[in-house]
Amino acid sequence: MTKYRVNKTKQVDQTKTVSFDFDGKSYYGFEGDTLASALLSNGVHLVGRSFKYHRPRGIMSCGSEEPNAICQINEDTDLTEPNVRATEIELYEGLKASSQNCWPSVNFDIGGINNFISPFIPAGFYYKTFMWPKSFWKKIYEPLIRWSAGLGKSPTKPDPELYDHKHVHCDVLIIGGGISGIIASKIAAKNNLKTILIEDKNILGGSTIFQKNENYKINDKYSGGWIDEEIAELKKLDNLTIKTRTSLAAYHSYNYLLAKENISDHLPLDKRNGGIRQRLWKIRADKVIVATGAIERPLVFNNNDRPGIMLSNSVKKYLDFYGVTCGFNNLIFTNNDSAYETAVSLKEKGISVEMIDIRKKSNSKIVKNAEQLGVKIYWNSTVVNTFGLRKINSVEIMNLSEDGSNVVGDKSRINCDCLAISGGWTPMVHMHTQSGGKLDFREIDQTFIPNEIDKNHINVGSCNGDFELEEIINNTNKKVKNFLKVSETEFDNISVLNSKELNKRNIWLLPNFISEGKCKSFIDFQNDSTAKDIKLALREGFKSIEHVKRYTTTGMATDQGKLSNMHALGIIADTAGVKMGTLGTTTFRPPFTPLTFGSIVGRSVGNFFDIIRKTSIHEWHIQNKAKFENVGQWKRPWYYPINDEGLHDAVQRESKAARDSAGILDASTLGKIDIQGTDASEFLNRVYTNAWSKLEIGKCRYGLMLNEDGMVYDDGVTTRLGENHYLMTTTTGGAANVLSKLEDYLQTEWPELDVYLTSVTDHYSTASICGPNSKKILKKIFPDKDFNDDAFPHMSYQNGKIDETNCRIMRISFTGELSYEINIESKYGKSLWEKCIEAGKEFKITPYGTETMHLLRAEKGFIIVGQDTDGTMTPIDLQMDWIVSKKKYDFIGKRSLYRSDTIREDRKQLVGLLTDDPNEILEEGAQIVSDMSKKPVEMIGHVTSSYFSPNLNKSIALAVVKSGKKMNGQKLIVPMENKNINVTVSDSVFLDKENKRINA
Amino acid sequence: MFLINCPYCGERDQSEFSCGGEAHIVRPKQPTELSDDQWAEYLFMRKNIKGVQFERWNHTHGCRKWFNMIRDTSNDKIHAVYKMNEKPPVE
Ligand SMILES: [Zn+2]
Repeated sequence: MTKYRVNKTKQVDQTKTVSFDFDGKSYYGFEGDTLASALLSNGVHLVGRSFKYHRPRGIMSCGSEEPNAICQINEDTDLTEPNVRATEIELYEGLKASSQNCWPSVNFDIGGINNFISPFIPAGFYYKTFMWPKSFWKKIYEPLIRWSAGLGKSPTKPDPELYDHKHVHCDVLIIGGGISGIIASKIAAKNNLKTILIEDKNILGGSTIFQKNENYKINDKYSGGWIDEEIAELKKLDNLTIKTRTSLAAYHSYNYLLAKENISDHLPLDKRNGGIRQRLWKIRADKVIVATGAIERPLVFNNNDRPGIMLSNSVKKYLDFYGVTCGFNNLIFTNNDSAYETAVSLKEKGISVEMIDIRKKSNSKIVKNAEQLGVKIYWNSTVVNTFGLRKINSVEIMNLSEDGSNVVGDKSRINCDCLAISGGWTPMVHMHTQSGGKLDFREIDQTFIPNEIDKNHINVGSCNGDFELEEIINNTNKKVKNFLKVSETEFDNISVLNSKELNKRNIWLLPNFISEGKCKSFIDFQNDSTAKDIKLALREGFKSIEHVKRYTTTGMATDQGKLSNMHALGIIADTAGVKMGTLGTTTFRPPFTPLTFGSIVGRSVGNFFDIIRKTSIHEWHIQNKAKFENVGQWKRPWYYPINDEGLHDAVQRESKAARDSAGILDASTLGKIDIQGTDASEFLNRVYTNAWSKLEIGKCRYGLMLNEDGMVYDDGVTTRLGENHYLMTTTTGGAANVLSKLEDYLQTEWPELDVYLTSVTDHYSTASICGPNSKKILKKIFPDKDFNDDAFPHMSYQNGKIDETNCRIMRISFTGELSYEINIESKYGKSLWEKCIEAGKEFKITPYGTETMHLLRAEKGFIIVGQDTDGTMTPIDLQMDWIVSKKKYDFIGKRSLYRSDTIREDRKQLVGLLTDDPNEILEEGAQIVSDMSKKPVEMIGHVTSSYFSPNLNKSIALAVVKSGKKMNGQKLIVPMENKNINVTVSDSVFLDKENKRINA
Repeated sequence: MFLINCPYCGERDQSEFSCGGEAHIVRPKQPTELSDDQWAEYLFMRKNIKGVQFERWNHTHGCRKWFNMIRDTSNDKIHAVYKMNEKPPVE
């Protein structure tokens, strides 16, 4: 046992040693320790360097508010994690931790030089200094900031662990397993309510659990003993689920909460067995009781950041809970009674302690108790300086003036090896405010406390501003009874012995004889901002707390200002001469403590990242070595390379085959919407730009759909299957949006129409066969059918049968070739496809992918919505005036087609582009200009589609160009990084302008 | 994350719904007779109130029905939900 382990406690098992490494050195701790308590038991205080000045920093607290003891754990493994608080991580065998933010070592740090030049790093330093000259930014400032800043290293390997999400509902959720949370849970569960209690530590009991002295008694027992019995009873209750190691991350509206459960983080790496590491609980609670407690405030004085300066209650917890003393020659610096608990506890164990109290006197029982034990108290005194390089070794104190605004008399020096500080308590109102709750300011002890208006949640215990044991128990009992409508509880008649009083002398920034500019009085320890920085920000004109916070970075570190926000506000109020309550607070945003990315994404990683949709023909594509392209969630064959073919060669071969003989495309992914109802024709009239009433049964028609703003939204072929029955196709990516848009109009604008929409995209698989030999192939598949142009003309559909299975054959074309699409129930998709391949063998039928499909349609100048359009193109811009009905009174987007903006003649319009060098292929997205001499050069358009056409043996492109309609034959330039490409505007139809091939 | 009481299905999580913007904007019956300004008023102008606002919502991952909601955008309190063909309840 090390000499700092002075006390045996129930929570730490001193028979079970645990070895661990810190900064490359081996140490021992015990089961039940945190990394912080184990380090302190070895006398290690110095654990890191501060962010800006690289000042030595030590462990300051024992919880999630810890600003200094931030570690990288298990470095150089795939489980490494930065920014872990040593105060929160449970010690396990083999844990390797190292301090962050110091190089080459925590004891000798090069960045520490910032400490000596710190007069030059005031608030806003980065904003002011690194502004100019501009050329310095990329080469000098940014690398410098990146090198010297940064908290820890992110892992470079994929996370090997599993994470889970769990959705739960409950009647009552209680956040926090301290005394008030335990009382609330017991009342709720005993009254037949499904209750969940979550606690971020590994055991329940909060700070009551280690309270074992005469000053605090409940029903004549030590409060620590009383709570032990309560916890034992709690564990027997049926209605109650207790989740320890579970911290609340977010409290959203309507009582929706996220909590992170640590399942294996406390186990040695070799005992984790690939199980689940963390589980994110998504809880919807009918009622929420917040019992998150309070955190102790530091005091702000000169050089208040040395290792060995710690929060007073944490010193007590290390002693009474972990059995570790933080020093043998302790000083406690306080402005309130609660720090005397620490003094009494130390003294009872025979450890030296003296008090420095800024108050003039206190007559409470606990102070008297301390005095009786022989604790020396320096009343009306303040610390004006501290000494000790790597750990505190002494302080200087002076007396305070009558009003506390100044120091008087001589300074005297006192030696110490630990300085415990207490500035009173701050209720943890984060959860209350996250849920949308407001706060009231309580003058008497300068705290913000919850103002409850939401009837579905309450705050109890010290997060509600109740700090004394008697208040906590009685008020919790009363509030919970009221909240849950319970008439009596076992806590109604309880006797409580209290020894503290609330009186406190609050001075946000303690006075000093040294001039303010030379004091280093830290407010935010993690971000290194001082009282001086805040005052500077105010002098420079910042008024709002939100602005001051960002300018000085106070409260913006990973601890989210848990220790610093109140002091920042207090100093702003004092300096500006306003009441603190009028300033408001900064906004507390989730997460309360940082979440791992793993717990946020849960199982949605790798193949589960998003839904993957495959057609029923997918297996065949894989067997035939298709390369795939993602289109929305769909996997579509992109091209089918033979041997070592690349994209270009494969596409050239595929598109030539499709035009010369036969090609086949898996078109199953196109969106399909089944439309039925007596008003189906009228409905189509309203949603498409062209007319539909006269379409005969058995005929197909291409339609263009606009948004109400007149811009092209989607397109596709719709087939009339019966008098009141249509089958609409949409683009692959647009299917879901088109359906919801149509549903929207049907339900909200035209409820009088008798129309029903059903998505049938997944119901059918589609094989599209095109090319001059396609008719012969179809004939082989459907030998009984008459495929003559008169019997089965272009843009018509017929039912067919393959063996006993019904299918629909549409003669439609997206390539300009003679072309048929066969739709069959999805489960037969693959056999249909194989049948087509078999029948097409003698014609060398060639499967082609999306790239060839795009090339073929571009040769014909057919647009792809989303590639040649971008939400700013009207049908007129696309030179598709022919599809816009002049006769129809109305359709979606019609009125917008003659707004002053849409009738402008200099809008970007779709044109063809031919490169002067037919072998030069333009880049899609490349900009187009007409005049290179006038600077700045005006961009008049861009290339939307570009290919080398093997059928035309030249490069072709589609583009949108300002006033393009009038530019046919005009020379333009496409400037690239290393050359200018000369192009000529052409018609957008490059192949078969007469549409002869469709009936070839 | 709201708890939304779909008028057709009952209380469901917000993740099942999508918001469709301001409610009670009726598509003009005779768009062709409107001036550019009048049409722009319908097409573009939305109130975006801080406070009580009338909104359209769709139970996207549920019954797919559209309905109306009265919501206070400053505190996310939902005052009422009602069907498309119903008049807003008077408060
Ligand atoms: Zn619904």
